Amino acid sequence: MTDFCMPSLGADMKTGTLVKWHVKPGDRLKRGDIIADVETDKGIMEIEVFEDCVIDELLLKPETEVPVGTVMAKIHSEVAKKVTEAKVPIKETAKEKHLIESTKPPVKTTVTSTPVTTDGKRLRVSPIARKLAAELGVDLTQIKGTGAEGAIQERDVRQAAALADKVEEPAIERPVEKPLETPAAPAKLPSSAEFQAGMRRAIAAAMSRSNREIPHYYLETQIDMSHPLKWLEMENQKRSIKDRILPVVLLIKATAKALTEIPELNGYWIDDRLQVEESIHIGFAISLRQGGLVTPAIHHADTKSLDELMAAMRDLIERTRGGRLRSSELMDATITLTSLGDIGVEKVFGVIYPPQVALVGFGKITEQPWAERGMLDVRSVMTATLAGDHRATDGIIGARFLQALNTQLQTPEQL
Amino acid sequence: MNTSIQEAQPIHLTYREAVREALREALRKDDRVFLMGEDVGRYGGAFGVSKGLLQEFGSDRIMDTPLCESGFTGAGIGAALGGMRPIVEVMTVNFSLLAADQILNTAATYLHMSGGLFNVPLVIRMGTGGGKQLAAQHSHSLEGWYAHIPGIKVLTPATLEDARGMLWTALEDPDPVLIFENTLLYTMEGDISANPEPVDIDRAKVRRAGTDVTLISYSASLFKALDAAETLAQEGIEAEVIDLRTLRPLDDETLLTSIAKTHRAVIIDEGWRSGSISAEISARIMEKGFYDLDVPVERICAAEVPMPYANHLEQAALPQVATIIQTVKRMVTGHD
Repeated sequence: MTDFCMPSLGADMKTGTLVKWHVKPGDRLKRGDIIADVETDKGIMEIEVFEDCVIDELLLKPETEVPVGTVMAKIHSEVAKKVTEAKVPIKETAKEKHLIESTKPPVKTTVTSTPVTTDGKRLRVSPIARKLAAELGVDLTQIKGTGAEGAIQERDVRQAAALADKVEEPAIERPVEKPLETPAAPAKLPSSAEFQAGMRRAIAAAMSRSNREIPHYYLETQIDMSHPLKWLEMENQKRSIKDRILPVVLLIKATAKALTEIPELNGYWIDDRLQVEESIHIGFAISLRQGGLVTPAIHHADTKSLDELMAAMRDLIERTRGGRLRSSELMDATITLTSLGDIGVEKVFGVIYPPQVALVGFGKITEQPWAERGMLDVRSVMTATLAGDHRATDGIIGARFLQALNTQLQTPEQL
Repeated sequence: MNTSIQEAQPIHLTYREAVREALREALRKDDRVFLMGEDVGRYGGAFGVSKGLLQEFGSDRIMDTPLCESGFTGAGIGAALGGMRPIVEVMTVNFSLLAADQILNTAATYLHMSGGLFNVPLVIRMGTGGGKQLAAQHSHSLEGWYAHIPGIKVLTPATLEDARGMLWTALEDPDPVLIFENTLLYTMEGDISANPEPVDIDRAKVRRAGTDVTLISYSASLFKALDAAETLAQEGIEAEVIDLRTLRPLDDETLLTSIAKTHRAVIIDEGWRSGSISAEISARIMEKGFYDLDVPVERICAAEVPMPYANHLEQAALPQVATIIQTVKRMVTGHD
């Protein structure tokens, strides 16, 4: 028998409230089936199971709020016994809270090692200092140790944390995304001030952590969108109005395909090292009408066709606004994409959502004079930006990515 | 008789007298108790502990034995199995190696070998420790070796209260108990209650509270740790001093609770460093308290040489207050 625990649906989630069970003891579930609805700061999520299993016992009553990692139900797998741990970051107790925070998708067991400085030397950090740094969100590579042979000790971490508290700027708020497509779905989310305050706090926590921990670098490039837009226009003529593909879908697919060439930007910074993810799940920033935003994942974006992506995005937006997101959608994004062009923004300088290592931003497509091969022309131009985590990658990787992105967009027929 | 309810005045005595009082109390309370060992009767004990007891209790209960540790320890085991409560005195732990077969192969294992039928309620007292220029065959601290053995308890009373109180608790234990008396402590004087309370024999005690470092020691080293703590306090470093009291079983909880607070630990042990009780304690801290540590655990032990005879060399071989102070300062400040 295995414990099914309250999953962490994001680095900033500490507790969740069971809204209702979708199952009863004895039920057989397939991988991906919904076991329960859980309410978090980000709304009500549908929680999936990640292996085929049978429900033995439900331990929580609806309307109960419990910390992440609390056992919600007893289940057993009919195949083997490696049930839900496969995907849901559970099992951890409050004692190991820092682990949960830094281990978003815990699929693989990783051997943690002491942080390494930029010149490749192993940092000397005492056990208590390391524990404390994880709790306080202090970057050990930025501290000078005062212990023997420069070892970082408890007092060094406390001092750094105290210093950081003093200079901490107000949390940068992530630009809120305007709706791309607005299927008329009544917002079912509780829109109380309390809920919004909760979401604001969640965003504040994630963004403060990002700004505190991630040394961002920013790159921007101008992309000539004339050809892709023309191609899309012709493509859309073959489709009925409701099936038409929005330009942003091209951007999603091009981003995903560029990531297959430059995988270093697709993954997480966990335990002081870059963990590149094989699957490409694009977190797509979606604003909520009542304020705030979420970035649910479009799974395996690189392998989906444009039509599939369009359908997936439509569905995602609808369910996001209706508060019916699934746990995997909130946990799985390997990179975030944000597009603010629709409300006139020219360039987006994003704040990376930890533990991801990159954020791609798209601005407005405008007509601009464009000089090429000695000739002047008017083209539809868009600025694409990349915010990268400098711990994980260097600017050259980011530059190669933007180049690959441009190349992908210039051959839309292959997208 | 004048045993009124009034508070008894504390009495002033030496550690030697405290042990003697403990022996007298046991001999009086329980007529199954008797003391045997080399020179414990007519001579009054090699260290004068049992002086006067032969006259008071007679030769049936205070027995001089031949110079044969194996023989009289074995006799003690037999007497314990036969329903008596013998106290065997071995002059120093160095000589106890002659009785090691009886202690390990018989006393410690008999309950097991008899399928749980026979306990061995035996108490063995021995002198231990250096510092009196008795040279390499009389001065070692091997109590850590005995703490290796399942089936026995190993006590190391440091204070007058423990010297006075541990013997009776040990006699009440159904299994073999070894009590190590550091011979330097025999002359230590102080006040204890005239009606001493019973003491436990399975818990360490915090003898001085502090926040910056945990000094772990036992027996005579305890006082070196306390002296060092006083000096360190004048420099603003508050050391917590723990008296292990019992080396087997070790009281992990008290140690770990202290280290969770101080994040630093120094073990002070008169035994040799390699494969010692200090090594065992350090390993346990690593196993169970690793994430509380801010600096590596340090150990201050006896030099790994046969104990020298010459005074200055003997002192150099033993843990000293100055070394403790220097070590703690280095741990706290990060440099010498």
